[in-house]
Amino acid sequence: MRAKAKIAFIKIAVVMSLALSTAASAQDKAQDKAQDNRTFSSGYRFVEMTGEELFGNVCQGCHMPDAAGAIGAGSYPSLVGNRNLEASGYPVYLVVNGRRGMPGFGDMMTDGQIAAVVNYLRTHFGNNYQDVVTARDVRDARR
Amino acid sequence: MAGSAAMYHAMTSLGFASASPYKGPIKLNGDPRGASVLILGAGLAGMTAALELRNAGYKVQILEFNDRAGGRNWTLRGGDSFTELGGFKQTCEFESGLYINPGPWRIPYHHRALLDYCKRLGVSLEPFIQLNYNALIHSSRAFGGAPQRIRAIKADFQGQVSELLAKVTQQGKLDEAMTREDQEVLLQALRSWGALDRDYKYKANLISAGFRGYARDPGGGLDAIPLSGDPLALSEILKSRVWRYLQNFANYNFQTTMFQPVGGMDMIGKAFAKEVGDLIRYNAKVTRIQQDDQGVTVSYVDTADPATVQQARADWCICTIPLSILSQLPVDVGAAMKSAIDAVPYAGSVKVGLQFKRRFWEEDEAIYGGISYTDLPIRQIAYPDTGFNRSGRGVLLGAYLFDGANAYEFTAMTPAERVARTVEFGAMIHPQYRDEFENGVAVAWHRVPFVLGCSGDWSEEARATHYRDLCQIDGRIALAGEHASALPAWQEGAILSALDAIARLHNRVMRT
Repeated sequence: MRAKAKIAFIKIAVVMSLALSTAASAQDKAQDKAQDNRTFSSGYRFVEMTGEELFGNVCQGCHMPDAAGAIGAGSYPSLVGNRNLEASGYPVYLVVNGRRGMPGFGDMMTDGQIAAVVNYLRTHFGNNYQDVVTARDVRDARR
Repeated sequence: MAGSAAMYHAMTSLGFASASPYKGPIKLNGDPRGASVLILGAGLAGMTAALELRNAGYKVQILEFNDRAGGRNWTLRGGDSFTELGGFKQTCEFESGLYINPGPWRIPYHHRALLDYCKRLGVSLEPFIQLNYNALIHSSRAFGGAPQRIRAIKADFQGQVSELLAKVTQQGKLDEAMTREDQEVLLQALRSWGALDRDYKYKANLISAGFRGYARDPGGGLDAIPLSGDPLALSEILKSRVWRYLQNFANYNFQTTMFQPVGGMDMIGKAFAKEVGDLIRYNAKVTRIQQDDQGVTVSYVDTADPATVQQARADWCICTIPLSILSQLPVDVGAAMKSAIDAVPYAGSVKVGLQFKRRFWEEDEAIYGGISYTDLPIRQIAYPDTGFNRSGRGVLLGAYLFDGANAYEFTAMTPAERVARTVEFGAMIHPQYRDEFENGVAVAWHRVPFVLGCSGDWSEEARATHYRDLCQIDGRIALAGEHASALPAWQEGAILSALDAIARLHNRVMRT
C-alpha cells in the first residue's frame, strides 16, 4: 500500500458544478464550505494546500464539518474549543503519525500542508491560538 | 528437504493438500463442562466462534452493536435506511432485487474456510467477474480521454513488449544470458504470447486483432470479412501508466475464479444468523471489558437507553470489536495486548451504488459484468455480475475507493454529494449516465458507526512489533476479526482468526 506514496502527485483540480438531486436527506444540507469548489487529488497524496481546504476535504470526514466529532460504537473527538490544541506539537504529532484508529497523514501531506491544517484548526472552531506552526516545525516533528 | 516437507510438496503437486491454512471443519474435542463464552460482535468472526463453540458444548452469548447480524458483511437494497456518523441519513431507492455490497463483495477461490461455511450453511454462490476483457481502462490524460477496452490495452502492451524482446533476441543481445536453443524457443513463445506476425512484429492485422479485438467483427454473408484496428502506441500506454491496472487480474487475490453469494453478500451473514441468531443481544454497545481470575465482565448499554449500564459475564471472552473502537474502551488486558490494540489505524474506503433506467453498459457496450478502471477519483466502475441481458433497470458500483487521498475526499462529502460527484465523473466514461441515472447510495467506511473505518491498516513495522501480542490469549480474553489475521479486509481473515482463537481457547479450557 505504501508504495503508492511514491506516485507523483499532479493537481488536476477537477472543479464541477453540482446538481444535488439525489435521494439523500435534508440533513445533507449541513454546512460544508468545501463543496462549492471541491478539489480532487490524482495520486496517493493530497493536492489541497490551504488549511481550510484540507480540513474540508480530509479532516471533516471523521471530525465532521462543524468539527464537533461524532459518536457511534466508538467516537471521533470534537475539535471545538479543544485544549489539546494548545500545545501545537500535539496536533502536529497526531496528523503526522495518527493515533490508535486515526491514520497518520505524514506520507500523504507535505510539511507545509500539515502546518496549514494545524494552523487552521488552532484558529477556528472556538480555538484561538495565535502562535503559528511552520513547515520547519513539522519537519522537526517527523524525526 | 526434510521428510514431512517433501511429503507435503509431493501431496501439493498431486493436489491432495491445500495451500490454504484451512483444513476442514474445526474439531473441538472434549467436554468443556459447561464453560461459558461471551462473544463481542456478531460479524463473521463472532458468529463463526459462536457456531463452533456452541456445537462443542459451550454456553455462548453474543453482544452486537447493530440491530442486525453480519457486521461489514452487508448488503443495501431498496427500502433500507442507513444513518452514518454525523447524522446523514440515506434511504436506498433501488428497485426490488437490485443491491450493492458496501463492504466485501468478492470471494477468491482459495478462501477455503469461507467457501466451506457457505457450503455448510447453504449459501448459493455465483461467479464474481473480476476480469472482463470488454470492460474499460480509462486515463483522463491519455488516448484523448477515450476509454479503451481492457483486451486492447492488454494485447497491445503484451504484443509490443514481445516485439521488443524478440528484436533484442534476434540481435544477439541475449547470447550471454541464454543458449541459442532457448532463444529459438523464446522467439516462438513471444510470437504465440504476443500475437506477433511471422517477422516477429506486432501490427494491425488479423493476428493481433485475434487478441485485441476487431475494428469490424467477423460476420456472415457478403460483408463477413473482419477488419483489424490500429494498436495503441506503446509510448502512450507506458506514459499513461494504464499498465498498472493489469495487476488487478494478475494478483493472487483477484485471480479467477472468484465468487459472490446469489442475492447479495449479506446472504452469508444471514445464514450464520439463522444458526446463532438466538444467542445475539442486539443494540448492545460495549463500554467496558473487565476480567478477573474467574471470568470476564462486559459492561454495555442498549443503544436506545444509553444511561442504563448492563453487564454480561462469562468464563471466557472472544472479542471481535474492531480495533478502531476497542482502542477507545477501557479493557483489562496486559500492556502488550493494549499496545497492539492501539497500533492499527483504520483505512478509508468508499463505495457508491447507482441505479440506472436501463443496463446501458450491456445494451450499448456489450459489457457483461466485470470492472472498469480509471484514474478519475471514482477509480472503478463495477457492473453487476447477475441478471445479465435483462431489460429494465440495473445497479452498478459507480465508485470504489480504497485508501489514498480520494477515499478521504469522498468521505468528507455528504452522501448526496458523493453520489452526485460519482455520476459526474462516471459520465466521462459512460455518457449515458446523464440520461439514465435515477438514484444512488454512498457508504464511506470512516463514517460507518459500527466500525469507524474499512479495515485494520497494519504497517509492516506495527505487524512485526505487535501482531503476535494482539493474537495471544490475554488471561481470559482472545481477539478475533480481520484485524487479527494476515488477510486484512478479507472475510476469510475474520473466519480464520476466529477458528484459531477458539482452538487455542478450547485447549486452555481442556487443560484447566
